[in-house]
Amino acid sequence: MSIEGKVALITGATRGIGKAIALELGRQGAVVVGTATSDNGATSITHYLQEAGVTGAGFCLDVGSNESVGAVIKAVQDQFGPVAIIVNNAGITRDNIMLRMKEDEWDSVLNTNLTSVYRMVKGCLRGMTKARWGRIINVSSVVASMGNAGQANYAAAKSGMEGFSRALAREVGSRNITVNCVAPGFIDTDMTSGLPEEHKLALQKQIPMGRLGQPEEVAAVVGFLASDAGGYVTGDTIHVNGGMYMS
Amino acid sequence: MSNIEDRVKKIIAEQLGVKEEEVTIDASFVEDLGADSLDTVELVMALEEEFETEIPDEEAEKITTVRLAIDYINAHQ
Repeated sequence: MSIEGKVALITGATRGIGKAIALELGRQGAVVVGTATSDNGATSITHYLQEAGVTGAGFCLDVGSNESVGAVIKAVQDQFGPVAIIVNNAGITRDNIMLRMKEDEWDSVLNTNLTSVYRMVKGCLRGMTKARWGRIINVSSVVASMGNAGQANYAAAKSGMEGFSRALAREVGSRNITVNCVAPGFIDTDMTSGLPEEHKLALQKQIPMGRLGQPEEVAAVVGFLASDAGGYVTGDTIHVNGGMYMS
Repeated sequence: MSNIEDRVKKIIAEQLGVKEEEVTIDASFVEDLGADSLDTVELVMALEEEFETEIPDEEAEKITTVRLAIDYINAHQ
């Protein structure tokens, strides 16, 4: 049994890591639903899936809203069937040093990056339980393990995601549902392209591989966890960071 | 009445993987039939499907025995 024909839902799939994951799961034969925060983004997802010959569509979704999550999961189910693979990838940053961090910077990062995982999983878990098959893959960050000055909110959300995954893995293992995190390091995406050049060079010096990672290198690990080959891996966090952090 | 009772008992036996004769009217899912908390949620899901009804979480939590399940379905048909 492969993931051929199974419905995979990937949040934050417009570009970067999310897009690479959508294409990787599509390559494995999954029906792919990618979500974006805007209608334009959803259209571009539909386009790139079509171009790659992948069955599926882009949907507009606000992972920060219960109503939006409920509506999209229902629409996906009606159009394609129950979600079997969920990849919580959508995330934002609102960096600030703690002494200056506003409560809304804290709240928005926690809501979009962590509470969204609760919402998405809650919406899909019944179907997975019934099917006796499911894959929940949460895209964390190396920052969850290492910490990073200016990212107390982001690190809290990502660490929270990893703890959530371990707890849920224990709950649903008996139903053949695996729950894991993939923790990218510095990956060449829009999220990191905004960093100042000297900051980037300094970072590269800390990476044994001496370069930033590519989105496809993260997607390959997500693809493994989603596939049958990854079926005995659960409650784990797999690091994809060129060696910048080793536990 | 007995029809509902039979259908409920059949679902309980299927969901919890026990023999139908073990599903006596006063049996508790957890204590007598070996269900864990996930089993009881799935059991409620199966009842919802069979009887085309939606059981709110706060009601579902109270359905802990065969009798309570039958009573609930009878009251909400």
